[in-house]
Amino acid sequence: MAARGIAPTAVLLLGAAYTLFPVSWLVVAATKSPGELFSTATFAVGTGLLDNLSELSAYRGGVFWLWTVNTVVYAGGGALLSTIVSAVSGFALAKYRFRGRSLIFNVLIGGILVPAVVLAVPQYLLFAKIGLADTYWSVLLPQILHPYSIYLARVYAQAAIPDSLLEAGRLDGASEWRLLTGIALPMMAPGLVTVFLFQFVAIWNNFLLPFIMLGDDARFPLTVGLYTLLAAGANQPSLFNLIITGALVALIPLVALFLTMQRYWRTDLAGGAVKS
Amino acid sequence: MRSGERSSQTRAAASRHDTGRRGKAAPRGTVAPYLFLTPAVALFALFLALPIGYTVYLSLRRTKVSGLGLGRGARKEVFVGLDNYAAAVSDGELWAGWLRGLAYGAVVLSVMLGLALLFALLLDSARVRLARFSRIAIFLPYAVPGVVASLMWGFLYLPSTSPLPGVDFLAASTVLYSMANIAVWGGTGFNMLVLYTTLRAIPQSLYEAARIDGASELQIAVRVKIPILAPAIVLTTVFSIIATIQVFSEPTTLKPLTATISSTWSPLMKIYRDAFVTGDLYSAAATSIVVAGISLVLSFGFLRVVRNRAFGEA
Repeated sequence: MAARGIAPTAVLLLGAAYTLFPVSWLVVAATKSPGELFSTATFAVGTGLLDNLSELSAYRGGVFWLWTVNTVVYAGGGALLSTIVSAVSGFALAKYRFRGRSLIFNVLIGGILVPAVVLAVPQYLLFAKIGLADTYWSVLLPQILHPYSIYLARVYAQAAIPDSLLEAGRLDGASEWRLLTGIALPMMAPGLVTVFLFQFVAIWNNFLLPFIMLGDDARFPLTVGLYTLLAAGANQPSLFNLIITGALVALIPLVALFLTMQRYWRTDLAGGAVKS
Repeated sequence: MRSGERSSQTRAAASRHDTGRRGKAAPRGTVAPYLFLTPAVALFALFLALPIGYTVYLSLRRTKVSGLGLGRGARKEVFVGLDNYAAAVSDGELWAGWLRGLAYGAVVLSVMLGLALLFALLLDSARVRLARFSRIAIFLPYAVPGVVASLMWGFLYLPSTSPLPGVDFLAASTVLYSMANIAVWGGTGFNMLVLYTTLRAIPQSLYEAARIDGASELQIAVRVKIPILAPAIVLTTVFSIIATIQVFSEPTTLKPLTATISSTWSPLMKIYRDAFVTGDLYSAAATSIVVAGISLVLSFGFLRVVRNRAFGEA
């Protein structure tokens, strides 16, 4: 029996090697000084990591760390607001019967199919009209509504909140608002962590929207900042180590979140993905 | 959903099932659900419906310049009907972008979803060692921004930093596969996870029954697991089609590294260039609508074909 498991194990490990290969290259390359990057063997560890980091910190007065803070603001604030809106909407759609329920649900969910590009350019133009283009709001606000999260929240609400509990609350004279904050949201909490995480990663990784909305690099998130760094440094190999180190630093928070929150990535995704 | 059991007469009653049909679930006529849905509906109106409407409006207009185009009133925005669409559809650059997109999409979809299915089935086959490590490692690229993934692979492709300097990954004939590799690398893990979690939700007793009947692991995978996975495969395919049509950050990030990627390599890059580099908002709007339309047609077309084939009884 053990012998028959060798081929599947090997195939999966090959897959793992494929996904880990560029990341491990990035880790090693970030330790190399500019000279070592072009001269030493691909996976030979270099001596320049600390120099690279201090050079990155010094780049244009520390703008890289500003990009990091901006990214945390966009992803953290956006995902939090998005989770709240999705949770409240999902609860209403799952636990109330009212006129227009399926219409509202279908219209909101239809948003999943709208390609981001149809939205990003006109969103920019509309923000520009009211003078909000190139502000934090222009990146934050369009990313709050996330149809798939509403769908997931509805599934969680259906599965996690027994009707009898809501009825008991009503008999005790609790307001609908109190039922939402006192019963529904706490019971949906584990599922909402998953919704938050997915939205956090989606905003952290988003490039198109901030790329279109922002002109001032003091408001850039890491993705747009790294892109401008690459666009400026592609023809100057002396800047390569800066770009590589920046890419590595940009990865660390997400990978840390990813590895520590394994439980939520897995089990609760099942809850949403299966019950379609 | 046990939709097979339903007749049309009981459908209305059955649809009430999930909120409890005792009628006490919530007082009818309460405004609470409307209040709870107000933020989502307001955001939908402001950031989805309004921009779409504005795009449609712009796509039907164009600036007319009279005289030398100087002074007030010399430049006027006028309705031009479907002219912008006619121009967008007959634009050679856009078609070249679509053909590239089609080839790129075919490679990405088949390799990515094929690998995702293979990995999910192997993870579920229970005889695998180090399954947890492999699963986490293969899912890891999900946490990597497309820009960073493109940067990493870009440097691995670049002759001066590549471990295989003899291979030109960024030549006109290879760049499409190099780009597809980035998408496959980034997307396989997520799709694998969706399929794997679907498999995990299936009761083990189903496989036991097949095993008692003498089915091999391979037969169980092909005859039992893949049919059960069909809806999840359809879902991941539709999402992948939408994502593939919108490819933007990967080619945009690779572009500074090579001359083989033009500023109109993908349809989205062309829209961006039209809107912000050449300043032709009207063409960009028309092209956006065309791109959205094609992605909707492809997604729904795919859903229809698959529904008719696989879920004919549903």
